[in-house]
Amino acid sequence: MNTTILKISGLSVSFGGILALDNLDLDIKQKEIAAVIGPNGAGKTTFFNCLTGLYAPSAGEILFYPGRDAEAVSLKGMKPHQITEKGVARTFQNIRLFPGMTTLENVMIGRHCRSRASILGALFRNAATRREEQEIIDTSYTILERVGLAGYVNELAGNLPYGAQRRLEMARALAAEPLLLLLDEPAAGMNPQETLNIMELIGEIAADGLTILLIEHDMKLVMSLCQRIFVIDYGRKIAQGSPGEIRSNPDVIKAYLGA
Amino acid sequence: MHYFIELFFSGLTRGAIYALIALGYTMVYGIIGLINFAHGEIYMIGAFTSYIVASVLSLYGYPLFATVIIAGAAAVVWSGAYGYTVERLAYRPLRRAPRLSPLISAIGMSILLQNYVFLAQTSDFISFPKLIPDLPFMDRYADYLGSSDVVILFTTLIVMGILTFIIRYTRIGKAMRATAQDSTMAMLVGINVNRVISATFVIGSGLAAIGGMLIAAHIGQINYYIGFLAGIKAFTAAVLGGIGSIPGAVLGSLVLGLTESFATGYVSSDYEDVFAFTLLVLILIFRPSGLLGKKESQKV
Amino acid sequence: MPACRLYQELKRSLLVALWFIFLTFPLMVVKVDLVERVVHWRWKNMLFVGLAGFFFSFLGRWIMQRKNPGKALGKGTAWSLRFCPDPKIRKILIVLLLCLAVAFPQIFSSYQTTIMTTALMYVVLGLGLNIVVGMAGLLDLGYVAFYAVGAYSYALLNYHFHWGFWTVLPIGGLIAALFGVLLGFPVLRLRGDYLAIVTLGFGEIIRLILENWGEFSQGPSGISNISRPGFFGLELSLDAAILYIYYLMLAFVLVAIFIVGRLQHSRLGRAWIALREDEIACEAMGIDKTKTKLTAFALGAFWAGIIGVVFAAKTTFINPASFTFLESAIILSIVVLGGMGSIFGVILGAFILILLPEYLRALAQYRMLAFGILLVLLMVFRPQGLIAPGRRAYFITKKPDPET
Repeated sequence: MNTTILKISGLSVSFGGILALDNLDLDIKQKEIAAVIGPNGAGKTTFFNCLTGLYAPSAGEILFYPGRDAEAVSLKGMKPHQITEKGVARTFQNIRLFPGMTTLENVMIGRHCRSRASILGALFRNAATRREEQEIIDTSYTILERVGLAGYVNELAGNLPYGAQRRLEMARALAAEPLLLLLDEPAAGMNPQETLNIMELIGEIAADGLTILLIEHDMKLVMSLCQRIFVIDYGRKIAQGSPGEIRSNPDVIKAYLGA
Repeated sequence: MHYFIELFFSGLTRGAIYALIALGYTMVYGIIGLINFAHGEIYMIGAFTSYIVASVLSLYGYPLFATVIIAGAAAVVWSGAYGYTVERLAYRPLRRAPRLSPLISAIGMSILLQNYVFLAQTSDFISFPKLIPDLPFMDRYADYLGSSDVVILFTTLIVMGILTFIIRYTRIGKAMRATAQDSTMAMLVGINVNRVISATFVIGSGLAAIGGMLIAAHIGQINYYIGFLAGIKAFTAAVLGGIGSIPGAVLGSLVLGLTESFATGYVSSDYEDVFAFTLLVLILIFRPSGLLGKKESQKV
Repeated sequence: MPACRLYQELKRSLLVALWFIFLTFPLMVVKVDLVERVVHWRWKNMLFVGLAGFFFSFLGRWIMQRKNPGKALGKGTAWSLRFCPDPKIRKILIVLLLCLAVAFPQIFSSYQTTIMTTALMYVVLGLGLNIVVGMAGLLDLGYVAFYAVGAYSYALLNYHFHWGFWTVLPIGGLIAALFGVLLGFPVLRLRGDYLAIVTLGFGEIIRLILENWGEFSQGPSGISNISRPGFFGLELSLDAAILYIYYLMLAFVLVAIFIVGRLQHSRLGRAWIALREDEIACEAMGIDKTKTKLTAFALGAFWAGIIGVVFAAKTTFINPASFTFLESAIILSIVVLGGMGSIFGVILGAFILILLPEYLRALAQYRMLAFGILLVLLMVFRPQGLIAPGRRAYFITKKPDPET
């Protein structure tokens, strides 16, 4: 039986000769909450960008298992939208919503890859299209309720308060029905109360059977939420293990505090 | 071989003129990210101003050398003034407007200036006075290139030198570079950004005016519409080289000038402009940010 | 205190006037006649410029001062609200407008009808470009190329094979759409202003080819004697044809509004808008960027092609001079002026920009000057366009989870 959902081996990326990721090996288990931590500039976001197809890795392999015993799919070389369709969705560190669209529409965009309506469907608005459109609206609204944004449905996303924008990003990613959810600093810039709420939300989502991989600087969040932690520094993995192991790992302490 | 050299120099001359106009585009774009569509018109106004001043002076019997210098200075001054005014009226109020609005405003300015010159002067082609004398020492090379080519190339070189000096070493040049990098930051360290933008327009317009005067003297006729094509070509050159980059604008202009010259010489003169645009499309497909443009690394 | 203010204002206006006198001196005052070898000094113009400069600078600052307090530039929703009152009144308004549109040729002369037909054509062109620029956010400065493709499709097919209007209409649209995809492919990777200049170049290339490839397009002299649209095989008189084309265009406008309206709030329309808002997030949310961009280009071009066919049929003569950059600029101005992405805005923009110059004909040669000034003024005073496009509000009626 295969319990891995994502297997990364030998992943490297270079920008103009500088190695941003250096021979990274990683594997994420089904239904776990895992975290990638590391000092600023360690290559965490670059890692996410590789996983989601925004950057092209220069070497290595990314294998995705869309379910237990499922055939492995290589995500390397796939376009971002294909990766999302396979079941990997993400949020962004510096929020990238569609500010001119309403909150609900933002989530509806997430449903794009799970719906089919074509131009002709849009023009003639036949029964199938109408049903699909209603399904998109209903599902999106349910997701908004779930992340606690039901009150903002018709508000422009650009006008939402900061914390709500972060939640909306998560809602949008959830709408794509991912198996693996990548969260890039979900608690960045939040006050302690908001961080607690976000932690609760992440826990709930994970309880539904989603695998979550997150990047975070808030150690309290990481240590209490995640089963496994990967530490990278200068594009290399320097440690991995449970929160307890990471806390006492001398390499990690060195990387964070400086030698 | 003979024909080749001839085409080479004519391409170089063309490129030099394009460069003088393209610099204005690239500098303005580098600082406020706007395609200044009215820039071609500033060039046309430069040509007209120098025509008017030179004609008046020659009618009053001034010596040729003085005429050229005064006409050139007048063209630079007035084009600079027009550039400044256009920026003040049509762009500055739109500094924080949606991205396309200044572009429409620029197109409006361009239509306005064209018709203004057409109404104030004439819609006909007018022949430009002969401002560049035949240089005696050029006789031996007359088959390859004319005196006006030499004058254009030298003038362009000198102007480029001055521009480089201004941008590298003067206070305003440093302020311009800083504003181009990050205008908010520049403002925070006490640079008067509006003044820098105005200065950029004035300098760019002055360069275009020199280009306008030179090309008019070279070709021998102008009308109110010459700014459009020259403007588009020069903008093409600026994009070709990587917009925002000053050496890029010069390189792009030379590449464009030479391509046009060789293509018209060897293939067909009917499709002169088609070659220019095809080259542009091809280069952008293979190098989406131009020849010397910084590769836009998308920050995610 | 106010007297002091007034004095200040007057002084500034005076300075502006002096500046404009200086600025316009060589071009407005001096006119050289090299044949007669005389210089005409037109001092009167200097006086005009001075007075106009003084007056308008005073007026301009007065308007700016009234406008500024309270709000800065940005989202202006006030107008859009004023234009879309509650749905009932809106419906009545739309019906009234439709009646007026239908009755128009009966009320006005056939000359007015022709002008109105042109305006309607630009409405559709604007709606088409609105898909590309307004919704998908792809700045296209060469839109006129597709218009030309449509017009020449009809002209050539009619000239060589005597194909009729109704046969070529869809073909012209499809050929234009094909050109849209053809242009779309190479520019997929380009963004913003690079895209703008390449599309501009593309438009120019098409025009230049039409101008220079004589054997194919009959060069600058153009193609004449193109058939008017047939009416079930009937030959129409000129007046009847004008009427016929007017109603045809009215129908096209309605169809275009219907289609664009439906697309706007469909899955595809949302994808376009998301693409405009944030390309990277759009990709990461599972939208195929390539497909979405190409459909925008193709659909936009399709409308231009259709209207191109209508244009050729309406004027019965076309030449490359009708397809210059100015045309693209005008269509783009319609979209931006109306407020990007708003259907009603595009209609309003088309009427202002097409009808105004027509009625400005009284100004004779000052027409285009006035047009330029108008564009600048409209942008300075209304940079976000006349109508701010609103997003649709969804009202969730049924609770999606009935069991609990």
